Amino acid sequence: MVKLTINGRQIEAKEKTTVLEVTKELGINIPTLCHDDRLSKETSCRLCVVEVNGGEKLLTSCNLEVAEGMAIETHSDKVIEARKHNLSLLWGPHPNECVVCEKSGECKLEEYNYEYDIDVEPIFDAHKRNQPKNESNHFFEIDPRKCILCGKCIRMCDEQMQVGALGYVNRGNETFVTFANEDFDEANCVSCGNCVSVCPTGALMPKSKSKYRNWNTTRTKTTCPYCGVGCQMELVVTNGEVVRVEPVVDAVNNGLLCVKGKFAFNFINHPNRLKTPLIKRNGVFEEATWDEAYSLIKDKVDLIKKDYPNSFAGLSSARCTNEENYLFQKMMRAVFGTNNVDHCARLCHASTVAGLGSTLGSGAMTNSISEVLDHDVIFIAGSNTTSTHPVIGSFMKQAQARGAKVIVAEPREIELAENADVFIQIQPGSNVALFKGMMHYIYKNDLQDEEFIRLRTEGFEEFIKSIEDFTTEEAAQICGCKKEDIEKAAEIYAKGKRAGIYYSMGVTQHSQGTNGVKSVANLAMLCGHVGKESSGINPLRGQNNVQGACDLGALPNNFTGYQKVFDDLARAKFESAWGVKLDSQVGLTVPKIIDGMVNDEIKFLYIMGENPMISDPDINHVKHGLESVDFLVVQDIFLTETAEFADVVLPASSYAEKTGTFTNTERKIQLVNKVIEPTGNSKPDWIILKELMTELGYPQAYSSPSDIMDEIASLTPIYGGVNYDRVSKSGLQWPCFDESHPGTKYLHKDKFSRGKGLFTPVEYISPMEVADDEYPITLTTGRTLYHYHTATMTNKTEGINKIVPENFFEISKETAKKYNLINGAKTYVSSRRGTTIAVVKVVDTIKDDVIFMPFHFANGANVLTNTALDQFCDIPELKVCAVKFDDKL
Amino acid sequence: MIRSSEELVKRYNETKGKILNRAGLETNGRKEVLVCGVAGCKSLKSDTLVERLREAISDNGLDIEVKETGCFGFCEKGPIVKVMPEDIFYSQVNPKDINEIVESHLVKGEVYKKKLYINPETKKAIETTKEIPFYKKQVKIALRNCGFINAESIDEYIGAGGYQALAKALEMTPQEVIEVIKESGLRGRGGGGFPTGIKWQFARNNESQTKYIICNADEGDPGAFMDRSILEGDPHSVIEAMAIGAYAIGANFGYVYVRAEYPQAVERLELAIEKAKREGLLGKDILATGFNFDLEIRLGAGAFVCGEETALIASIEGERGMPRTKPPFPASKGLWGAPTIINNVETFAVIPEIIKKGSEWFKGIGTKKSSGTKVFALVGKVKNTGLIEVPMGITLREIIYDIGGGMLKGRKFKAVLTGGPSGGCLTEEHLDEIVDFDRLKELGSMMGSGGMIVLDDKNCMVDIAKFYIDFMVEESCGKCTPCREGTIQMYNILNNITSGKATLQDIDLLESLAESTVSTSLCGLGQTAPNPILSTLEYFKDEYIEHIEDKRCSASVCKDLINEYIITDKCTGCTICAKNCPVECISGERKEKHTINKEKCILCGDCFNRCPFDAIVTR
Repeated sequence: MVKLTINGRQIEAKEKTTVLEVTKELGINIPTLCHDDRLSKETSCRLCVVEVNGGEKLLTSCNLEVAEGMAIETHSDKVIEARKHNLSLLWGPHPNECVVCEKSGECKLEEYNYEYDIDVEPIFDAHKRNQPKNESNHFFEIDPRKCILCGKCIRMCDEQMQVGALGYVNRGNETFVTFANEDFDEANCVSCGNCVSVCPTGALMPKSKSKYRNWNTTRTKTTCPYCGVGCQMELVVTNGEVVRVEPVVDAVNNGLLCVKGKFAFNFINHPNRLKTPLIKRNGVFEEATWDEAYSLIKDKVDLIKKDYPNSFAGLSSARCTNEENYLFQKMMRAVFGTNNVDHCARLCHASTVAGLGSTLGSGAMTNSISEVLDHDVIFIAGSNTTSTHPVIGSFMKQAQARGAKVIVAEPREIELAENADVFIQIQPGSNVALFKGMMHYIYKNDLQDEEFIRLRTEGFEEFIKSIEDFTTEEAAQICGCKKEDIEKAAEIYAKGKRAGIYYSMGVTQHSQGTNGVKSVANLAMLCGHVGKESSGINPLRGQNNVQGACDLGALPNNFTGYQKVFDDLARAKFESAWGVKLDSQVGLTVPKIIDGMVNDEIKFLYIMGENPMISDPDINHVKHGLESVDFLVVQDIFLTETAEFADVVLPASSYAEKTGTFTNTERKIQLVNKVIEPTGNSKPDWIILKELMTELGYPQAYSSPSDIMDEIASLTPIYGGVNYDRVSKSGLQWPCFDESHPGTKYLHKDKFSRGKGLFTPVEYISPMEVADDEYPITLTTGRTLYHYHTATMTNKTEGINKIVPENFFEISKETAKKYNLINGAKTYVSSRRGTTIAVVKVVDTIKDDVIFMPFHFANGANVLTNTALDQFCDIPELKVCAVKFDDKL
Repeated sequence: MIRSSEELVKRYNETKGKILNRAGLETNGRKEVLVCGVAGCKSLKSDTLVERLREAISDNGLDIEVKETGCFGFCEKGPIVKVMPEDIFYSQVNPKDINEIVESHLVKGEVYKKKLYINPETKKAIETTKEIPFYKKQVKIALRNCGFINAESIDEYIGAGGYQALAKALEMTPQEVIEVIKESGLRGRGGGGFPTGIKWQFARNNESQTKYIICNADEGDPGAFMDRSILEGDPHSVIEAMAIGAYAIGANFGYVYVRAEYPQAVERLELAIEKAKREGLLGKDILATGFNFDLEIRLGAGAFVCGEETALIASIEGERGMPRTKPPFPASKGLWGAPTIINNVETFAVIPEIIKKGSEWFKGIGTKKSSGTKVFALVGKVKNTGLIEVPMGITLREIIYDIGGGMLKGRKFKAVLTGGPSGGCLTEEHLDEIVDFDRLKELGSMMGSGGMIVLDDKNCMVDIAKFYIDFMVEESCGKCTPCREGTIQMYNILNNITSGKATLQDIDLLESLAESTVSTSLCGLGQTAPNPILSTLEYFKDEYIEHIEDKRCSASVCKDLINEYIITDKCTGCTICAKNCPVECISGERKEKHTINKEKCILCGDCFNRCPFDAIVTR
């Protein structure tokens, strides 16, 4: 601690803190336009200057560290005079148009000009900034006239995003900010809009469709509804309309958002939102009342139950809240009496839940997002993180900038591969071989962590036999890469001190998905890289609440908190709490439910917030199922491709219209807050479920989602200490066993959830369908940065549709040439299951004879994909199938 | 290849004869002809002189070498040719003079009187350099080899004692080297005057494995050419000093950051680096001491701000040349985050001499707090313009009147500007003040890197302030508010003053803006940019008031305040004005008083500036 005087007041402050930080704590308001705690110190606006020890030179408080005996004046005449000058200098060239500026009310320059009584008629009028507006980006515009050159946007883009899309042009008073190539370029700018969020003036503004004044808006903190990162943000609302999104500087996202979180909110107030229940009569939807819809469902349930009591199934939703997932599975189990409840986690991380569950005891990210920054080695396998989890992707790049080594194993040269220390462009479906090759090398070179293996694991002897003869040559041959790269990757990973593996669908969506996950666990345990801070195994969960949907028992084998339906004790607990007898038989998974509809075993399907007509493999098969089922209820916010098949459509409220919690990929339960009233006659899913259960003779009396969470906590050990009071502060990471438990930053510290970590021997088996003479091309699928899953929400935003308007596939130059495919033209792509049409996009980031197609589009990639399943968890092999090209049908 | 200090001594012994002969110390009877081969003289075609000299010498069957050297300093009288060892100084030599010089001096041994320098006071011809008043009060340390050795010959540098300081330093411990520099009291010649030894000590104390040493040769002051002359005339002195500095702080790599606008300096430096590498004086295991040091050149693109050390570092790193906030200072966190020492060319150039001759010797020259000498580019309205090196503590009067030869055309001295666009002006009352870092600062100016511009009564001080702030408007990098916006606003106010549009309140506004720009700018550029304004306001406020209240510029510089030019009775009818008038509005018979047709006159001021008799006045 050092003693110093600020404005005559003796204070003590911690060493190394800055005067700006200290004064902030003291409630002294020092103006600054260029400072942001997260960014490097620019010290360019010169507004935060203070007088130090009566010296001539005024010093900037943002970078001035406190020192013993220092005497600071923050508002002396001299300081105020200097601030006035500098504000006047900024104001002179600035357009005097605050009355029509959208930023007015939140503009820092406006605020300080008011505070420091700056003359409206500029006293310094030598020039006006006059560079033209740059409107080339689809989501925001740059108006250099309003720019005060604080450089926050540039530093944000460089340092936090590690993108570097923005820069200065010209010098002196002609300097202005623009894109690297003057116009927005998708190859460079990722349109995250974080530059817009940090701009203190109206220089960087979203291209807003609504006219509103800031003083007529309210801001409510909530959780982003897109990917599993769970970014914290505020929805800015006026007159019941969400008009803007602002990031919250929080442990999860540190004030960063991606293009979807920041700009793709138009769906909330979109005119196509479902506003009233629909009942299909004679093949046509007719508007109905809630009572009509409920009683029709009740009649159908009663009818089907009488003859086919075991023919009910439900698909819950990773898009909905924890409370809604809880109610959904409760309804399926307690009301319909079935464990046939599943959701799209089946298609993404079922293999993680199975693979990590059996080896470590818990199928979730072991580390926290904030730990990404402290890794010294980051191994990314089967995850295009900068597109699918953009904010985590940025943290990885930040870690890399701090010196972390990066290993990437991917079929495509993704953004993170560009500067990776090792990039292994693997053949789709060869992960297991890669991991085994690495482990072979590590073991042969004695790089394993003997102590960790001895103290923390079991099964090592048996396991080691499975890799002893699996050489890096063999692995390289299967993966289609150089063995030296596998060895280098092994070397870097094993020698790391804080190494993290990040994986996603590239590992899980295979018929060998569970084995892939088990291999990841083997590799991490071999090197002792798990159960430690910034060392661990991190499956990145794809959807906002896919972790929560799994946690809350929307799975055919689990109640909440992974308590097994076949565990008598667990079942007895739920039976007693719910007051009904429960089925002990494991229910059907998503693929089996679809098969069941086709086979007429499933006669009643209830889908909440899922769109299998786009998301599931072999769309023709899905379609067949949905057409076959006797009665289909779909509950959604839009009339999706799936809802078209429904007998009853129930309009649900969006995340902005309800309260609840989402659990993000790092196991953090975070609050979703209601910011506007439900659209039309729509209702929050939890209310629909509550009312329907009551209608079906199982009365539910929750007065709020908080009540539901209390019930969850009482039945779910890992959520035992969770309640809304605690969550509303800054979230809570499970396991959190009771109200005094602080939550868990990283898993498996000192002891694995299952006790000892289990090494599992794994054999490499190739994908079920590989390229052959008839179908010579390997198709792999995935997401783009811009669209989210089945695009139901993202395709309501114009800018997104401009960047990714339609189905396409990436192909190498050589392969395109071989099949006479022209960049930008459309072609038919067929597999054994169907045909789709897509635009050819020739890229230099993919191997020959492999194509990549995103799965966002109706009648797109999943028309082609294979329904071959992983034997352990029923995850379909969405990542690999064989296709061919046709120029006509 | 020089592998050890013994081999260096051997090479010195082989090469020193020529140098000693040239210096007239150990005559071997051979004559040499030296021609200034840089900057000013070169622009007056001194290279043609070299060719013509060689031709004439061989035509006469003589065996006399002609050498291109660096700057002799007395640029006013260039091109300059010297005959050694007798040190005969021929000024303003034309190619057509060559035959006579060769035949008279070199063949017959008779000094060719027609091209000797004429002392304007006594009107007598002066034969040798040392007798010329311009050189009399100079003490050459940094410029010791400039105009004396062939800058492209490493042997001549070695023959003049070069690289012996490095050899000596390598036998000392790094700390001992730093102690010598500290004791010498050497302060940075780039302008700031920070003690070099203390700066080195900071970097030495840092335990980083990687450190850098940088030579700042981004000389950007208008009218300054000190660094350029050293690099062109004696590049090895900088290389040697950088090696010494690198050894002292523990660096193994250095950069010379030099303006691309100095092609000859770059070329000579490149050549010198290459030769030093070839001789093993750069590279691995220098002089078998285990010390490794290598050097690269980085070209600046002419941004004045890149002379600021953090901007210079950013520029070397490939970033936009913008200053960074200090602390951290480069000595602790500089180039690519490593401790970095940046010294100016002149600072480096004196270091080998300090190491060789010791700190006491250096301290014996100059003042107590500013030891040694300082190089100035003396320009403006003095008779003898050129590059001078004077001991600290010399008075302004000695520089301007003794070395500079007094005011041009006998006009009235008005002010002298030091420190270029960052400095200020000093007036007649200051002529007997001494020149050193602290005194100049106390007087409201600064040493700067060494520009010294002498002004007379035909210079308008408001216009001078406007000129410099205009320079800063162009050179501001645009990063911080006060410099980016303040400079253009100050320019605007000055422009209003010089065009008669200002009020007296504008002076207050100007002054307070200048003060807050000084106190709040991010880097030295902005912090000093208002100095010319503040110092002219201090000493010449009447001129500002005159412009505003009387709408008059008594120096007749500010065009907007001139209504007409009038030819007075002083006119001798020389016709110079009439011949040059672009609109032919001046008429009159030869040897009779001329008149200006006011209707046709476009007020360009050409006649006013040309009139040798000050016969034209303004109204």
